[in-house]
Amino acid sequence: MESIFDFSVISDNFLQLLIGRYPHGPLGGLALTLILAFISVILSIFGGLILGLLCISRNKFISLPIIAIVNIVRAMPLLMVIFWMFFILPSITGGKIPENTTVICALSIFTSCYISQIVIAGIASIPRGQTEASISTGLTYWQSMRYIILPQGLRNMIPSFVNQFVSLIKDTSLGYIVGVSEITQVAMQINNRTQIHSAEIFIFLAFIYFIICFIFTSLSRWLEKSLSWKKVI
Amino acid sequence: MIEFKGVHKWFKKLHVLNNIDLFVKKGEVVVVCGPSGSGKSTLIRTVNSLEPISEGILSVDGVNVSDSKTNINKLRTEVGFVFQQFNLYPHLNVLDNITLAPRKVKGIAKKEAEKFAMELLAKVGMENKKSSHPSQLSGGQQQRVAIARGLAMQPKIMLFDEPTSALDPEMIGEVLKVMKDLASGDITMMVVTHEMGFAREVADRVIFIDQGIIVEEASPEEFFNHPKSDRAQKFLKQVLTPMQSE
Repeated sequence: MESIFDFSVISDNFLQLLIGRYPHGPLGGLALTLILAFISVILSIFGGLILGLLCISRNKFISLPIIAIVNIVRAMPLLMVIFWMFFILPSITGGKIPENTTVICALSIFTSCYISQIVIAGIASIPRGQTEASISTGLTYWQSMRYIILPQGLRNMIPSFVNQFVSLIKDTSLGYIVGVSEITQVAMQINNRTQIHSAEIFIFLAFIYFIICFIFTSLSRWLEKSLSWKKVI
Repeated sequence: MIEFKGVHKWFKKLHVLNNIDLFVKKGEVVVVCGPSGSGKSTLIRTVNSLEPISEGILSVDGVNVSDSKTNINKLRTEVGFVFQQFNLYPHLNVLDNITLAPRKVKGIAKKEAEKFAMELLAKVGMENKKSSHPSQLSGGQQQRVAIARGLAMQPKIMLFDEPTSALDPEMIGEVLKVMKDLASGDITMMVVTHEMGFAREVADRVIFIDQGIIVEEASPEEFFNHPKSDRAQKFLKQVLTPMQSE
């Protein structure tokens, strides 16, 4: 009996799914998805940390505007943030912005705002005595944050970070909407060309996203364990 | 060394410190006692500005603590603080707990800081635990490390906020012994404690505080043998013979 699925459509287009039209055209496919995700994750870690620390700043002229911006962005759908970047960024800079940059900006800003809330909660989870003990020895607020509070807080934040980054990885697929040729876009192109293998193509696409996210969560679990200072009791 | 002049402190409507006048001489060991909620912890927490005062003048080592121009971080390097809950840094080992401030605040080289830390650990009898993490130590051991951490900045003043109250009874002695050794040196100490034996033996002066007011201020002999106020008499009766009171 012949299988209902014919995955030859995947093997025939495998290279295109991996790297798009590269080297004859721009890099795309899985490679671009990973690059978009990687850059956005890095930018959101720093963005989220900075936004989080500014939100809890004792200077209300700094904290209140930042809290307002963070909450506005969190109340918007990601798709809308991507449209914003797509239409607003060029009018600010005056030139054309590559779609990849648009998507990285949108994803980073959006995720930074969520990460900032995780950072705030992580810092709040450290007992007040830790701050008191460190400033009592003459450390400044920032030194205490850097050497005492954040090293402990960041470890508590890892599981929430991972959740957020898994979302981010999957959300790179929204780049499709502004014409970024990441793997979902490539899958759509192949689907449009071959017409009859939609099921196979999208099963494979789901499988790819699962693998990426699975590897990522496994890595973070390992990181969490290796950072544990309580393992030796 | 420490001078309170008409110091008041309010937490919202609660009047925790009421017109405190107190002078602590250099090298003096002052024990602060009083019923819970009397303001004794708040009193010593104002000294290194963990609690800012609401009114009055507080000067420490000639520096006005409540002046907004005062560099509080610099002042705090001269004042060690030991907490009831130890508050060691759980992610750092014993040696790093002690050397962090000398290295980051004073910029002392790692090797030198560790050498001094080892001297301090020897002083508190913890030199064989330098690589342990706080979670591996008993309460008494943690508190001794916390004292060493406070001493690492070579402060002129050490403040103790109920240092033995969170300890199991059999560990209180080892911590009090370290504090006793310390008191025999020339460091100025302010100690909030319920350990009346310690107060009687080590203190130069006992301050009894109730409802934010310094009710009695006397030498240990005088305070324990002939307390003047009713409130101090009642308090002493309760802490010295807890089973028979009421």
